[in-house]
Amino acid sequence: MTDLYQSQRTMRAMRRAAMQRGVIAILDVGTSKIACLILRFDGPERDGASDGIGSLAGQSSFRVIGASTTRSRGVRLGEIHIMQETERAIRTAVQGAQKMAAVRVDHAIVCISGGQPRSYGLAGEVAIEGMQVTEADVARVLTACDVPDYGDDREVLHAQPVNFALDQRTGLGDPRGQIGHRLACDMHMLTIDARLIQNLLYCVKRCDLELAGLASSAYASGIASLVEDEQELGAACVDMGGGATGLSVFIKKHMIYSDAVRLGGDHVTMDIAKGLQIPFNVAERIKTFHGGVVATGMDDRDLIELGGNTGDWDRDRRTVSRSELIGIIRPRIEELLEDVRARLDVAGFDHLPSQQIVLTGGASQMPGLDVLAPKILGQQVRIGRPLRVQGLPQAATGAAFASSVGLSLFAAHPQDEWWDFEIPAEGHPRRSLRKAVKWLKDNW
Amino acid sequence: MRSLIRRDPAPSRWAYRRQRLMLTPLFRFFLKYGLPVGILGLATGLYFAEAERREAMIVAAGEIRRQIEERPEFMVNLMAIDGASAEVAEDIREIVPLDFPISSFDLELTEIKERAEELDAVARADVRIRSGGVLQLDIAERTPAVVWRTEDGLELLDAEGHRVAELARRADRPDLPLLAGAAAEDVVPEALTLLQLSAPIERRIRGLLRVGERRWDVVLDKGQRIMLPEADPMAALQRVIALDQARDLLARDLTVVDMRNPDRPTLRLGQNAVETFREIIFAPKEPTRP
Repeated sequence: MTDLYQSQRTMRAMRRAAMQRGVIAILDVGTSKIACLILRFDGPERDGASDGIGSLAGQSSFRVIGASTTRSRGVRLGEIHIMQETERAIRTAVQGAQKMAAVRVDHAIVCISGGQPRSYGLAGEVAIEGMQVTEADVARVLTACDVPDYGDDREVLHAQPVNFALDQRTGLGDPRGQIGHRLACDMHMLTIDARLIQNLLYCVKRCDLELAGLASSAYASGIASLVEDEQELGAACVDMGGGATGLSVFIKKHMIYSDAVRLGGDHVTMDIAKGLQIPFNVAERIKTFHGGVVATGMDDRDLIELGGNTGDWDRDRRTVSRSELIGIIRPRIEELLEDVRARLDVAGFDHLPSQQIVLTGGASQMPGLDVLAPKILGQQVRIGRPLRVQGLPQAATGAAFASSVGLSLFAAHPQDEWWDFEIPAEGHPRRSLRKAVKWLKDNW
Repeated sequence: MRSLIRRDPAPSRWAYRRQRLMLTPLFRFFLKYGLPVGILGLATGLYFAEAERREAMIVAAGEIRRQIEERPEFMVNLMAIDGASAEVAEDIREIVPLDFPISSFDLELTEIKERAEELDAVARADVRIRSGGVLQLDIAERTPAVVWRTEDGLELLDAEGHRVAELARRADRPDLPLLAGAAAEDVVPEALTLLQLSAPIERRIRGLLRVGERRWDVVLDKGQRIMLPEADPMAALQRVIALDQARDLLARDLTVVDMRNPDRPTLRLGQNAVETFREIIFAPKEPTRP
């Protein structure tokens, strides 16, 4: 546990250093594309507005000065598959963004969608030493949370305190300074596959970048796509990416649950390629231009040329009607949405006061999804687009960039995590004493 | 068929590193300024590594400099001396030996000024190069105020006691008062004040004598002298003059009016006066008539 604490703290320190220097890169390693944004932090806002959250919901402290996307290579289901290819793709994206920004970046914050994220709810309780709750008490209660055995090959990605309770009062955002006897806290912990993190770290290192932070892309998309009251009242964000669909449940502005379905837009493309016997890139093109999930009578007459350059005239002149295409796409999307529904049900989403579901990510741009999704997910579904941030190019404002934008917001205003509090000092001497005793026993 | 292997747009590792390097501000600065300066310095260094080329360059530079210096605009053809008498001007020409025409670059004006001011007769010299190639010296001469007699001869001093010139004979400047005695040149202003005070007896004054480098004697004709005290000689002199005006003191037969002790003025009588005085005192008393 201490190792994790240390590594996360070094990442935090790195992030702080990057903020000091004023330039940081945001890297979204996805299955279908790799996006790199370069942010410039101009420090706190100059012209007043220091009270409250300031203009643009507090995001105007940074500005996007470089953006670049590239086709992702070597990533499957949100996980790194061929490391050299991924490294080259990251290099391409970073180089393009650096060229646009005309500035060199040394620190990157990375988000990942794969790695089979698992959520854990932890609870801890501790007696307060003094009258008032101090920061040390908060740190102690966080340490007191009983950490489940999540396995050796997994790594903690987020560990965020989501709720504090002081005696019988619960729902405290910040207990510091309040008077009470017993402090309890609920913590949300997200773990992912450790090997994925290792691989990613290696790729980022090979690009001469320092890792300044890691985040789950479902969490980042949630920050970007959910509006403030949705985050407050309870909502789920479904980030439909290329190879994986992440979902995150928010309430009271904290993520309380996150999961991922290993299905995404690339599977749809794969279905089209297989069903129509066409190359993958042609299938992708047909999907983006003609795809849909709700067929109408008009679609029977809408013939799509499949093309091809095999030299076989009959094969190269094939056409397919749009309703046939929809017939291929729809089952896969339905499967995806049903999977999401199942995960949400498992998480107990229907107990939340508000059942808002926001679809975002590249695959959410599929026409007709706003008709199909309510049938499976319930009535409160909307297609979300990420918040607008300053300086973001028009091409990067779409739903596909939800997690990049969310990561930018996360970089500017990171959520308090467990490792942001000083580890209580009392843990150390006891352990070292025990170590000394053990050493004595072993050697004498 | 389209080529199956599409070129990957990814930059190679070295291209990526090169781009990052080029975006490093310090490196860009080095590339923009350090590298050209370095190359230039290296090239120059290599070129001048050989002694012959160095030599040739120095000679060429000297030649160009000489050509510029010898342009007619910079040549000085004559020296004009204003405000100096003929002898002084002659002296200046003697001690500032310049063979015209000379380039104004070779003229050291401060040195010329210093040398001109070394002359005793010159109080101040302003040197400049006038347009038309004329070296202009504006001389302020010292005006002699007194004649000072020393063991070596006669000298003319100005009002501050600075030496102006030698004098062959006293008769050459009868208009100036005469001083004598060692170190008299240090107190010329005081002497001049005394002379000014003694205007009523001006016709009788032969000169002032500095005694023991501390006090003045006013030497009058007929072998008379007024010995003045060290402190406040003016007041003492004024007293003597007042006495003279009231009682014709100096017209009487006395050799010295000694004012050295202001509380006790003393007169030294002349030989005849002493005898007369004695006669008066020691004359046999006339028998009183019964």
